[in-house]
Amino acid sequence: MILIEALHLQRSFGETQAVQDVSLQVSAGEIYGLVGPDGAGKTTTIRLLCGALKPKDVPELAPVIRISGFDVLRQTEQARANIGYLPQRFSLYEELTVLENIRFFAEARGLAAAEWQPRCMEILNFVGLSEFINRRAGFLSGGMKQKLGLAAALVHRPKVLLLDEPTTGVDPVTRQDFWQLIIRLVGQAGLGEQGIEGDASANTSGTAVLISTPYMDEAARCTRIGFMSDGKMIREGTPSQIRSLLEGRVLELTGAPLPLLRRLVQADPDVEDVQMFGDRLHIRVRSGQAEQVDERLHRRIPEGGGQVNRLRQIPPQLEDVFMSLLETPQ
Amino acid sequence: MNPDVLTPLEADPYVIQAENLTRFFGDFLAVDHVSFKIKPGEVVGYLGPNGSGKTTTIRMLLGLLLPSAGSASVLGYDVVSQSELLRARVGYMSQKFALYFELTVRENLAFYAGVYGIRDRARIEEVIDLVGLRGLENQRVSGLSTGWRQRLALATAIVHEPRLLFLDEPTSGVDPRARRAFWDLIYGLVEQGVTALVTTHYMDEAEYCNRVGIMRNGRLLAFDTPSALKIEALPGLAWDVLLDADPETGDQVSSLPLLHALNALQTCPCVLRAGLVSDHLRAITPPEITQLSFQEALQQIGLTGVRLEVVEPTLEDVFLALAV
Repeated sequence: MILIEALHLQRSFGETQAVQDVSLQVSAGEIYGLVGPDGAGKTTTIRLLCGALKPKDVPELAPVIRISGFDVLRQTEQARANIGYLPQRFSLYEELTVLENIRFFAEARGLAAAEWQPRCMEILNFVGLSEFINRRAGFLSGGMKQKLGLAAALVHRPKVLLLDEPTTGVDPVTRQDFWQLIIRLVGQAGLGEQGIEGDASANTSGTAVLISTPYMDEAARCTRIGFMSDGKMIREGTPSQIRSLLEGRVLELTGAPLPLLRRLVQADPDVEDVQMFGDRLHIRVRSGQAEQVDERLHRRIPEGGGQVNRLRQIPPQLEDVFMSLLETPQ
Repeated sequence: MNPDVLTPLEADPYVIQAENLTRFFGDFLAVDHVSFKIKPGEVVGYLGPNGSGKTTTIRMLLGLLLPSAGSASVLGYDVVSQSELLRARVGYMSQKFALYFELTVRENLAFYAGVYGIRDRARIEEVIDLVGLRGLENQRVSGLSTGWRQRLALATAIVHEPRLLFLDEPTSGVDPRARRAFWDLIYGLVEQGVTALVTTHYMDEAEYCNRVGIMRNGRLLAFDTPSALKIEALPGLAWDVLLDADPETGDQVSSLPLLHALNALQTCPCVLRAGLVSDHLRAITPPEITQLSFQEALQQIGLTGVRLEVVEPTLEDVFLALAV
């Protein structure tokens, strides 16, 4: 079942075309990762999806946004009732406690106490904040604030979650926790009546998640990825489809000293790009040239005074593809 | 370039020396007896969960916050009694870039140059070229992307040619391309003799550092080279646990099996810890576990259809082992 459907989204700010004819669909049970460089239009797309911004109306390419079947532009209230939105800068009330914040967001959503109260402890338990219900939000760590943001976005049992870079500036421990929560959410029955801890096998409706992230390791565990650049959706596919764009064209080199190795590798005529990946180099070569480059580097690096510990062809990673897509004129 | 940048301090072999640096906020112990020494030309990664005391440590080293106990010297200056002398000689890039949004790139730089008493207009132009902002020098900051703002923030931190840089989460919120370009700039400065202390949540960035410190709850748990940390701080073997993917597409149809497998792994007696890595799982086991014994142990708890590979541990494994 398609829960997020967007067709022909366009939006400009002054002279800047922030989003240009973007279409996407996300089904129940999917985690859709929106990636791309700064200024690619990811945040604008998310704001259009949740109805915070209006798309430009183009008669011949009319924009359509449907959330859980409701038209965001015409049935705004019903659509929003199905959306949980965590903006990049989530503003919680620092002087209110965790529980008071949840109450505020629930009541702002028009939920009566009888609706949100039983639900609220379940959610706080789910995000791991149940011990801190009386702590003022201002005294929560950065990671706990993000979890409170997620809890606030879940209080009205949305079928669709829109998360704008929820893990930026968050440490690896909290990123792990956060992702485990997201994966559990998509596996559940629409955060619906069975409750958050409901049986996944009883999944009839399910949740759809759209998340933007600068971390390529997070993108790799999404069901599908949309890669945006300059306001356009330039590639879309499963992680392995996206990785296959560079199949056979990435070599990994370990050795020393790295700055020298980098210069020697860059000098090869069939090398398109060299990037540091932690303590190793990833070398992108022209199509069909991997073996020739491998053979030449094995010779030239020792000749140039460098040491090769290991040089081998590897399956491309999403970050390799990210870098190459940004160089290719679309 | 100012020749000073090239000469390490002769009087003091260390650029930073911290001894039992401690700071309370009320009853809360934010930094707990932290000691370390940093030599000239090192790039040091300073890691830890949110709220573990990284920024508080940096603020004490900058002389912006008084230690409750302990002492530190930076470039040979005492952080308490000589903090102004010290601050004039170090560069600091804070988490929230301190830039004037209504001013242009060049005006921001001229402002910071003025703060440091730099009158040389040529230096401003030199820094614009150095960080790659040529062509944008007359643009207002309000119209720049996060990646460009980050470069400008670095430019304002180096306009006075400091030989020591404190970079507090400089790459938070910038895209992978801009992160790489930023580190290329840092390494360019380091080749000229600059020392850098960098906090980051990106473990791949920490791999580039000469040494890495890991904090938790105000304490410095480890401080060593990335390769030494992987040996010392990790109790055993690191394994990639890969789930059988859809035979046609090569993808996980849904990420839920990943989570079920993770939950199962966490109950396996021979698994010290387990977590998500990219599209698969990572398990840490004692060193004596073999492929066969691990596979059998997993079968006993009902986890089948997984492939196991011993892998080189990453700093993320080290971080998670120490920080949880």
